[in-house]
Amino acid sequence: MAIVRIQTVTGRALSVPGDDIDTDRIIPARYLRAITFEGMQDHVFEDDRKAATAAGARHPFDDPRFQGASVLVVNRNFGCGSSREHAPQAILRWGVQAIVGESFAEIFFGNSVVIGMPCVTAAPEDVRRLMTAIEADPAVDVRVDLESMTCAWADQQVAVTMPAAVRDAFRSGAWDTTGMLLDRYEEVRAVAAQLPYITQFQA
Amino acid sequence: MGQTLLRKVWDLHAVRTLPTGQTQLFIGLHLIHEVTTPQAFDALRERGWSVAFPNRTFGTVDHIVPTRERARPFLDVMAEGMMSALERNTKDFGLSLWNLGDQRQGIVHVVGPEMGLTQPGMTIACGDSHTSTHGAFGSIAFGIGTSQVRDVLATQCLAMEPLKVRRIRVTGRLQPGVFAKDVVLAIIRTLGVRGGVGYAYEFAGDVLDNMSMDERMTVCNMAIEGGARVGYVNPDETTFKYIEGRPFAPQGEAFERAKAWWRSLRSDADAVYDDDVEIDGSALTPVVTWGVNPEQSVGVGECLPSPAAVSQSDRPAVTDALDYMGFAGGQAMAGTRVDVAFIGSCTNGRLSDLREAANVVRGRHVAAHVKALVVPGSAGVRTQAEAEGLHEVFRAAGFEWREAGCSMCLGMNPDKLDGRQVCASSSNRNFKGRQGSPTGRTLLMSPAMVAAAAVAGEVVDVREMVR
Repeated sequence: MAIVRIQTVTGRALSVPGDDIDTDRIIPARYLRAITFEGMQDHVFEDDRKAATAAGARHPFDDPRFQGASVLVVNRNFGCGSSREHAPQAILRWGVQAIVGESFAEIFFGNSVVIGMPCVTAAPEDVRRLMTAIEADPAVDVRVDLESMTCAWADQQVAVTMPAAVRDAFRSGAWDTTGMLLDRYEEVRAVAAQLPYITQFQA
Repeated sequence: MGQTLLRKVWDLHAVRTLPTGQTQLFIGLHLIHEVTTPQAFDALRERGWSVAFPNRTFGTVDHIVPTRERARPFLDVMAEGMMSALERNTKDFGLSLWNLGDQRQGIVHVVGPEMGLTQPGMTIACGDSHTSTHGAFGSIAFGIGTSQVRDVLATQCLAMEPLKVRRIRVTGRLQPGVFAKDVVLAIIRTLGVRGGVGYAYEFAGDVLDNMSMDERMTVCNMAIEGGARVGYVNPDETTFKYIEGRPFAPQGEAFERAKAWWRSLRSDADAVYDDDVEIDGSALTPVVTWGVNPEQSVGVGECLPSPAAVSQSDRPAVTDALDYMGFAGGQAMAGTRVDVAFIGSCTNGRLSDLREAANVVRGRHVAAHVKALVVPGSAGVRTQAEAEGLHEVFRAAGFEWREAGCSMCLGMNPDKLDGRQVCASSSNRNFKGRQGSPTGRTLLMSPAMVAAAAVAGEVVDVREMVR
């Protein structure tokens, strides 16, 4: 398999404000009745989008100003709830390549890593400023840089964070984990052989 | 310096430090179901990989299965497609599948423990966030996504970041009518839905020590609702008694050796925790959620918060939740009218849950406007409940008695809310749209409280009914 290194993501951005946005909202469960991830992007935030439309508003994912965006900006605990990988898959397949947020739920974060979509954390005031900037000028380019660990737009630049090991995984291409886990497999067999429950608690 | 159970089990399963700095963790038990696995098996096929440890993966069907009309093919062609995929995948890769009609079929987090697969000291992964349930046995158990399911199938390993440990001691003794569900809802109310991010929760204290395994599973099940991917309880004699004699439990002398090993894994008395929290269990009352995440809850005798009375940072969420639910800040929780009552799920679909609910409804009847259903967590639970006559109690009271599955917890099968119905539910999530209607409303509570709400037609304090 070709190694894909992910170091920067640059593009227009959209924001979905709100804390504790759960994966049921990102992709309603009825769309998990499928045996592939194909087409998930068509249903991203579907119920929230319909509710916004019904209320005479427009969800960011429906807003023509934000079509083609590749950076998503969110608040606290984004992606909490169900472990469904369908959620980051739907966002990624819609076109988002990186997420900037105040914080992420762990399973969502891990699922995003494994599919090559970095989630970086920024200070609350920086996230607010970025959201304001996007709203003011939807055409502004936002650059998420895993080298300098910054997020930059217009004349602004703020620090972002991510666990060092995950950052290394993106930069080295090791975010596609299976190959790495299969490497030196004799060590796995050795660990298994020492676990009492694997050896049926033999004396 | 002593160590926590988390640290001991982690170290025993750590294969090596990966070039990235992550830990390569060996997974001792892998549970699979129909929803989060088809893409993982396809990835294996594309790359020509086999399953590394086929005798450490077990499958069942729960999320999409109907709980009433189960004849194949299912009416829902997409659900049928997922069933067929899991059947084909487990057959092609040589894995066990506990399918419909098998006494071992049921919700993955109910059947693992029931069959004795779940044991202390294991690392357990499953493509479902409620895998934390298995931590009740002193295992390190957590939910994963589909690409990680692929990794576990192909390598029996995951690349993991270390976790901190927060001990949560629930002291004292629960009042009658207050259950494990109330304990975990109270913990989430105290620490919040983000409080556990980055932590494993070690649940301890007299209240946990005195709990049955069913009750401990209810608490660990909802660790994830508090943001903690892992929740666990140190194994003790209650744990060992539960496991003894189950189909996959070690037998005879092997069981004695197992117990010695399991005891050695308990957190040491002088273990150091990253955080320590104490909650007075004696002061707890039945808890009911009023909002759209599990921390938005009150004691059944309390009133809903009003936006003006909460902190400025919480105000938008409170306002949004009240708006979605159609409730007013300051209104009493008790007396809220319910349309549907659901007893079941991986949180509260076990035999003891059904017994508690049956105790409330025995000799009573569901309110005329309420649709009420009981969905056992597994075929085994269903059989045991029927042997005790619980199904007759529920039916006589006007409940539907269904076959095992996830049912109305998550809107992925025919059991769904309609429109803006309000559901008193023993499940785990009150997210917007969670129970299958994009505008449906969920009130989380204990199974006994659901039973009481079904009878009264509105939220009531179950303690007033069983006094």
